[in-house]
Amino acid sequence: MTRKRRRLWILLLCAIGVGSATALTLTAFQDNIVFFRSPSDIMAERPAPERSFRLGGLVEAGSVQREEAAAGARPTVRFRVTDGAHAIPVTYQGVLPDLFREGQGVVTAGRFGLDGMFRATEVLARHDETYMPPEVADALKRAGHWQPEQGTPPPAATWNTLQPARTGSGS
Amino acid sequence: MIAELGHYALALGLILALAQAILPLLGAEMRNGRMMATGAPLALGQCLAIATAFGCLMYSYAINDTTVVNVVQNSHSAKPMLYKITGTWGNHEGSLVLWIMILAMCGAAVSAFGRELPTALRARVLGVLGLISVGFLAFTIRTSNPFERVWPPAPDGQGLNPILQDIGLAMHPPLLYLGYVGYAVTFAFAIAALIEGRVDAAWGRWVRPWSLAAWSFLTLGIALGSWWAYYELGWGGYWFWDPVENASLLPWLIGTALLHSAIVVEKREALKTWTILLAIIAFGMSLLGTFLVRSGVLNSVHSFANDPERGLFILGLLMFYLAGAFLLFAVRARAMIPTGIFSPVSREGAIVLNNLLVCSITAVVFVGTLWPLFADALFGTKVSVGPPFFNSASFPLVVPLLLAMAAGPLMPWKRAQLSSVVMKLWWVAVIGFGAFFVALLASGQKVLPAVGFAFAAWVIGAAFADIADRTALFRTNLGNAWNRAKGLPRAAWGAAIAHAGIGITAAGIAGMGLAQERLVSLAAGESTTLAGYEWRLDSVRDEVGPNWTARRAHITLLRDGRELRVMQPARRFFPLARQNTTEVAIHTNLMADLYAVIGEEDAATGRAVIRLHYNLLAPWIWLGAAVMALGGGLSLADRRVRVSAPNRAAIRAAAGAARA
Repeated sequence: MTRKRRRLWILLLCAIGVGSATALTLTAFQDNIVFFRSPSDIMAERPAPERSFRLGGLVEAGSVQREEAAAGARPTVRFRVTDGAHAIPVTYQGVLPDLFREGQGVVTAGRFGLDGMFRATEVLARHDETYMPPEVADALKRAGHWQPEQGTPPPAATWNTLQPARTGSGS
Repeated sequence: MIAELGHYALALGLILALAQAILPLLGAEMRNGRMMATGAPLALGQCLAIATAFGCLMYSYAINDTTVVNVVQNSHSAKPMLYKITGTWGNHEGSLVLWIMILAMCGAAVSAFGRELPTALRARVLGVLGLISVGFLAFTIRTSNPFERVWPPAPDGQGLNPILQDIGLAMHPPLLYLGYVGYAVTFAFAIAALIEGRVDAAWGRWVRPWSLAAWSFLTLGIALGSWWAYYELGWGGYWFWDPVENASLLPWLIGTALLHSAIVVEKREALKTWTILLAIIAFGMSLLGTFLVRSGVLNSVHSFANDPERGLFILGLLMFYLAGAFLLFAVRARAMIPTGIFSPVSREGAIVLNNLLVCSITAVVFVGTLWPLFADALFGTKVSVGPPFFNSASFPLVVPLLLAMAAGPLMPWKRAQLSSVVMKLWWVAVIGFGAFFVALLASGQKVLPAVGFAFAAWVIGAAFADIADRTALFRTNLGNAWNRAKGLPRAAWGAAIAHAGIGITAAGIAGMGLAQERLVSLAAGESTTLAGYEWRLDSVRDEVGPNWTARRAHITLLRDGRELRVMQPARRFFPLARQNTTEVAIHTNLMADLYAVIGEEDAATGRAVIRLHYNLLAPWIWLGAAVMALGGGLSLADRRVRVSAPNRAAIRAAAGAARA
């Protein structure tokens, strides 16, 4: 085998490898990219019920309710996720993560039903209590309730009574 | 005083690293023997200085010195001594010092064990290692000084994140860093080779032990992290495709490719430029992992403090090292002339295929991991890429990889006959199909796990076929085969064992595809069933530890009404951090894990949420990784690898050629 033929072979193989990797990535992207939406985004545009996405915000203070379940049934938790401007009711069947707490940042993955209820299949609260998921911080900023430059977020219990901050002022 | 000593040692380390980066490199350029000879003592001195700094930091943690900011932020007097010490690297600053210390130790090892290396090559390798040290030491001293003081002293520390108060922290980061930093050495060899414009079999032979060692440590580090997540987080899973997990997988994948292509350089003097490129990318991926963990740009369970300045600094370092390396590569790569010529169907061909597939998988994981970053920067949309993407995009590439890795070792170099490989492997294929149908029937027609079992059997069987072929097990009598087995090079055993390890891990992953889970709310005395066992919640009691309180459940495991054992999962509460952690109860018989977690309790009704898992073959996932690392270690112990110089005459000739 000459050097040219060998190079051709290797180039061909590389093309196949790169091509299949690209094709696989693109097809997998199509089905599996999960978008992030804040409660305000959902209020602005109702997501399709069959499309799963991530909902993030703060767990509204006083909203966590554990449903009484019969012996052997899957336990269900209800709570509300707020970005200060709007709140979305969420139900979840499962064990909440150790860091799940009222008034703290949370990201949930699931689908938004026609009845206005978000059915979470996954609840993520991060490992560190001072950590705010970037998407949640962004959602809070967009809702106009918290400027990160001014320090830690205000207590979540007061959020729904707060007047939305004026948008466009400052940066 | 001790903290100041540590700070001083760190600064001294920076000065020595700077000298190590300049003198030997310059000396090699000017062919000045005396300047080149400074590399080894400087590397040793740097190693001593950094080790002193690390020791000082560890001492500050051990005595809980509350005048040191780093200790105040990450430790507490009530913490058990073991976790005070391991807490040294349970934070951004301390782990960075550990990273640099391991790098300095690698430099010292190159200078201590690399006496056989040509003088110029060794000087250049040490110089590049020094250059890497300079960047990271400057980063540490500039943005992340672990020895910063606070006055007046804080009354006590703020405590370590409870999740990190575990033996996993003692082992996982050091092993992982040994892997990451090991690729700094192969990177240094690659850069040195580019500067010299020469790659030969001897170069391949010197790089191989380093890439083997780095790969073995990285394998262990990743497996340990996965196992730690499995028992500590209580989610019942072993791999979450979390960005930082992926960040450790990327250098592992490239490292796997490097490991194989370096063999081709050594044996056949082919794939030289490609191997150099892999060595550069492997270290680039290690740096990328460091950047992702410490900048907080990606949403991950591992996030350290998110400090944009740190992120920018590391990004700058990443750009500097990689841009420099690629520039050098672009200029010099033409100088490497391949001499070995081979047919597509040959051992070399199989390794090229391995490289191609492994790099394709790397590309897929890379794009998936960084896509949220790009999507945010380019389109301003917040997206996340989860396990379904990685599974559906990478599995189709894993299948041909597993198919090919069975055949590769059975092919001779240069030119192979497919028919003879088929003759050696047909019975393994039969076993694979058998495993598929047995698994399909036993699991109730779950196709994917059955496919996984088939490939596991195929890979393990092929590793056995490889050894059987080399020892002529089926062609002669047993005594003869035994003698041949004893004479087989350890690298051959290592390769077969590491390949079998992949098969064992594959079986574990396939088994986890059949895992069962049950989530129930139980009151004391009630029971539920899972996987043929009856699980009875007897009680939930209070418990007190050194710096935590806990609620511990007693769950009796019954089979056919017979009590087997008591499982005691607990939910700990750390008042200092106001944080809960999950203490999983795991009972394993090596074929399956029984796994129990206690969640929240309802104060009104006294019911507790209990999550139960039956994880078939789960221990095999990490057992397989340990077997892989064992294979790597065996190869490392091969005499041909250990005695890194081919022979002294060849070196003298090579050194002479370099000088000429």
